[in-house]
Amino acid sequence: MIEVHNIQKAFDGNQVLKGITCTFASGQCNLVLGGSGTGKSVLLQCIVGLMKPDIGSITFDGTTFTNNKVQIRQEIRRKIGMLFQGSALFDSMTVFENTEFPLKMLTPSMSREERRDRVEFCLKRVGLENAGSKMPSEISGGMKKRVGIARAIAPNCTYLFCDEPNSGLDPATSIKIDELIYEITHEYNITTVVITHDMNSVVEIGDHIIFMHKGLKLWDGTKDEILGAKVPELREFIFSSSLVRAAKKVDDATEGGLEALASEPLSEV
Amino acid sequence: MVKTFGEFILFLQSMLTRTERLKVLWQRTLDEAILIGIDSIFIVMIVSAFIGAVTCVQIAYNLTNPLIPKSTIGYMVREMTILELAPTITSIVLAGKVGSSIAGGLGTMRITEQVDALEVMGINSASYLVLPKIIAALLMFPLLVILAMGLSILGGYLAGTLSGAMSAPEYVEGIRTDFIPYNIAFALIKSVVFAFLVSAISAYKGYFTKGGALEVGAASTGAVTNSIIAILLADYVLAAVLL
Repeated sequence: MIEVHNIQKAFDGNQVLKGITCTFASGQCNLVLGGSGTGKSVLLQCIVGLMKPDIGSITFDGTTFTNNKVQIRQEIRRKIGMLFQGSALFDSMTVFENTEFPLKMLTPSMSREERRDRVEFCLKRVGLENAGSKMPSEISGGMKKRVGIARAIAPNCTYLFCDEPNSGLDPATSIKIDELIYEITHEYNITTVVITHDMNSVVEIGDHIIFMHKGLKLWDGTKDEILGAKVPELREFIFSSSLVRAAKKVDDATEGGLEALASEPLSEV
Repeated sequence: MVKTFGEFILFLQSMLTRTERLKVLWQRTLDEAILIGIDSIFIVMIVSAFIGAVTCVQIAYNLTNPLIPKSTIGYMVREMTILELAPTITSIVLAGKVGSSIAGGLGTMRITEQVDALEVMGINSASYLVLPKIIAALLMFPLLVILAMGLSILGGYLAGTLSGAMSAPEYVEGIRTDFIPYNIAFALIKSVVFAFLVSAISAYKGYFTKGGALEVGAASTGAVTNSIIAILLADYVLAAVLL
């Protein structure tokens, strides 16, 4: 479980995070939802330690991360897997080497054979068992995301962070990536935090959702509760989504709205 | 200026804390040595051979007094090459080739979040990425400078004898006249200092790149410009202190 308490962050006097307090439960897909420029990515960077919050604290399963000793921070970081918005694969390495990299660096006691088995298992798990020898420049955006996920889970991460995993992907691939994240989260009981502005992801994988607006947390709840939320900014955000607008159109014509839409093949949407 | 220098020192300090295991560092250093050293051999060979040749031809052109022996040309080529041209020009060429490559590579890694990916894994990205580059540069620059010295003198020999400016024995006699071994040591000290300046400045410029492709280009340009200025400044200081 990750606990975020009163995180504040400002850049040149511009307050980007205005005191975020929230909890990300273990074994769940926790979504941080919000429009562009609301501070989602800054929050994520504060949580994983790429940025230092001005005020506030973050604890991972009871261990304080912010302002703690370097060794303790390192220990926590080694349990973190992260899928970056642009995948952040190492250009000079093959898919196999990218996946193997954290194992090589973080678990020197592992033998070459053990590493190979683990990498092959992870690549198979994300459906890329035949892409190990390819370079990142030779694979598609969706495949890069899959490699990013494989690299993140290779060292048996406890926490998985995904920064807009669907950005730059077509809807069908987005859904597959969402499903993969969801499955991995529940399969390995990982605490997953997904930064997104995609309502598809909310519908697909949102076990627990936090809505951010202008640096504030305005709402949190489950995907079943989100459509009934009374927060005007959240409602505006939801109903500006093309998915929900399409669902409303379907709703007008049929019964069931979102559920009816979800049951339709993608080509029908 | 003072702030930038302070940041540069902190950057170097961060590189030396939480370093990777020796095995990883050694492997990374070997990889970088290939990129910095082996891949630069061709350009260093071309540049140094022609600089030696041009130096020889121009000295011969200026030495028209019949009272000055022709062997003086060989002597002057040797002195200029060892003291100045080989270490300084080679380092300036490497600042262009290696410096831009280091800054561009690190800048691209920064803007594509590869540096962040290392940090999130708990790896000290400065130590993992930059330290091997600096060690490799410190090892390879002197070797390239030694190569440049030899090829410059050879270039001068070929240009001088083929153009008829002097005979081969005259050139060789000049090369062997009043040789001071310390000059070689001085040139190698210079090459080590220049190696550090080029690799550290370029790494600093690349590592702290912010923005997009345009900024990566600017970082590369800045790395080359600053490295060359630093080389010239250090060249003067070293000459004043060590000669």
